[in-house]
Amino acid sequence: MKDTLGVTRPIITLDNVEKYYGDYYALRGITAEINQGEFFSLLGPSGCGKTTLLRTIAGFEEPSSGRVTIDGKDMAGVPANVRPTNMVFQSYAIFPHLTVAQNVGFGLRREPLTRKEKERKVVEALEMVGLKGFGARAAHALSGGQRQRVALARALILEPKVLLLDEPLSALDKKMREQMQMELRRLQRQVGITFILVTHDQEEALIMSDRIAVMFEGQIAQLDTPQVLYRRPVSRQVGEFIGVMNFLPAKATVGPDTHIEVEAAGLGRAVIGADQLPGGWHPGQTQSVGIRPETMSILFEGETTDRRVATGIVEDRAYYGDMTYYEVRLDGVEKPMTISMKNLVGRPVLERGSQARVAWDARSLVLFA
Amino acid sequence: MNEGRTKRRHGRSETAQGYLLVATPFAYALLLLAVPLGAIVMFSFWTQDYLTLDKTLTLKNYREAFSEPLYGELLIRSLLVSGAVTLATVLTAFPIAYFVSFYVPPERKSMWIFLITIPFWTSYLIRVFLWKVILGYNGVFNTTLLGLGIIDEPLTFILYNVNAVVITLAHAYAPFAILPIFVALEKIDRTLLEAGRDLGESYVMTFFRVTLPLAMPGVVAAVLIVFIPTIGDYVTPRLVGGPDGLMIANMIQTQFLKLNNAPMGAALAVLAMAMVGAVALVFLALTRRFLRGQ
Ligand SMILES: Nc1ncnc2c1ncn2[C@@H]1O[C@H](COP(=O)(O)OP(=O)(O)OP(=O)(O)O)[C@@H](O)[C@H]1O
Ligand SMILES: [Mg+2]
Repeated sequence: MKDTLGVTRPIITLDNVEKYYGDYYALRGITAEINQGEFFSLLGPSGCGKTTLLRTIAGFEEPSSGRVTIDGKDMAGVPANVRPTNMVFQSYAIFPHLTVAQNVGFGLRREPLTRKEKERKVVEALEMVGLKGFGARAAHALSGGQRQRVALARALILEPKVLLLDEPLSALDKKMREQMQMELRRLQRQVGITFILVTHDQEEALIMSDRIAVMFEGQIAQLDTPQVLYRRPVSRQVGEFIGVMNFLPAKATVGPDTHIEVEAAGLGRAVIGADQLPGGWHPGQTQSVGIRPETMSILFEGETTDRRVATGIVEDRAYYGDMTYYEVRLDGVEKPMTISMKNLVGRPVLERGSQARVAWDARSLVLFA
Repeated sequence: MNEGRTKRRHGRSETAQGYLLVATPFAYALLLLAVPLGAIVMFSFWTQDYLTLDKTLTLKNYREAFSEPLYGELLIRSLLVSGAVTLATVLTAFPIAYFVSFYVPPERKSMWIFLITIPFWTSYLIRVFLWKVILGYNGVFNTTLLGLGIIDEPLTFILYNVNAVVITLAHAYAPFAILPIFVALEKIDRTLLEAGRDLGESYVMTFFRVTLPLAMPGVVAAVLIVFIPTIGDYVTPRLVGGPDGLMIANMIQTQFLKLNNAPMGAALAVLAMAMVGAVALVFLALTRRFLRGQ
């Protein structure tokens, strides 16, 4: 949402937030702005501090230092029950002694509404999450997906400024998870509330988020839109964590006409555009380049191209029906690289051990230290 | 078809196995519970005629039990004392169980539970006598209060009356109440409490809306565990209750051993049992909604 001047307004500001348990740093120098109405994800491997950060925003943990601001108010010393946030817990935390309707209406006790109005709100909330008519059910008689919807309805009914979701989909099976991803996205657009989603599933983060903060070891490694994260990861670690990325040893030099040239093992020389360089780049820093599997293609018998071509040997291949994944070892490189090919009509599938010509573009190279 | 038959045969052998499995405990229950209970019920319909036992079935004992006010008075007093003991025990046990469950670090919990059971290492009788020493006219309690100048004369309302019975029994049954409440509290998923806070409730309201209802099965168990046996206690009233602190069990004992009137004692025992059963059932019915679905 933009304000009258068309400027995106941050709903949450994290200013150098740190959290340590004893001498263990769970969060280090977390600085970020989360905008009003956006779907924001915290993505990272297990133990990187995602939950800790979410709980710090919710008010269940006090930061050891730094500042959390929500909607312009400093949250220092503000307890969880008065913060304008609500949480969907990983275990859903449905109250087992209450019915579905009582669960959903739990937070309404303090609202200045009549009983009738509260009941209507509960019915509406249940309808919104697709649980119409489930109100009288006992909470323990629900499936995982239904519990999750109850947890969502229970949080959304209070119209929080920010909804916090801690791996809400990890307990569901694959089908259900995919369905809920779409549904969560739809709900978020419908209610316009800022969602902060914690996940360790990069695909989920890419599908659902407006922006993603990738975290490693208590620090934000990169914060950007899914496309930028995928195309221009700032480090090998980020590139590796999101999707598949091939890495090749490389050296960069600045040519006489200020063109930047990269010499990558197996691929050869390529001229790099200035927009492909990381901020503050200098030639000596580049140690390797990364390239995504789908930006390369294997040339079959008789095929020609005006792209750059490298040669290698097919070490292995995996046939997925719609796609084939090749492990190709380029000449002069030790580690094979992954190349994905769509199985178009008439396109053959190469056998192990066959020679392969690989087409690639300098534009898809990412430089890493 | 074929499959169905094998399944049925299989089922039968499973049933047989099941019977075999329950046979031993069933025999035990029969021998140790049903037989004595049956004997007591039987006795209650007989009558004692000086030295001989008249085995004709009659309701005479029950008629006497209802017409003689002393019996009714003792029954009511037993009920009230048990009620008071239960209330005192559960009300003091809850904070202790809560503290151990919520504030003691996990690795020390078993040590705390162990410490709580330490009083049980000494004989029940010794503990009752100790309370006598504590509560007596020249006892620890009075001497301390006198020494501190809080009272001028030793308090007499704390020994040889109902109060002493309540204090002593409440102490004796404390662990029985602490343990089930502790277990119920331990079973509560802590994120539920965070959810309560997250949904806008203070710590206090979260306690009343989440913790307490979820701990109710433990509280109900504690109430029954304390209430049922205390009604039948006769050692404590005998030793610290004085003349006004006696309970129905003392009368039953007197009937059996002193007056040599086993049938009358049996009738009183049956009545006491019926009363406990009735109270327990009413209590369970009242708290049923807390026990559902967990
Ligand atoms: N109360 C605590 N005391 C000590 N260490 C803690 C505490 N809470 C979390 N940690 C540590 O902080 C680190 C980050 O934990 P956190 O739960 O935030 O990870 P996470 O990113 O959510 O991981 P996961 O994906 O497994 O849920 C972990 O190494 C964890 O062991
Ligand atoms: Mg976590």
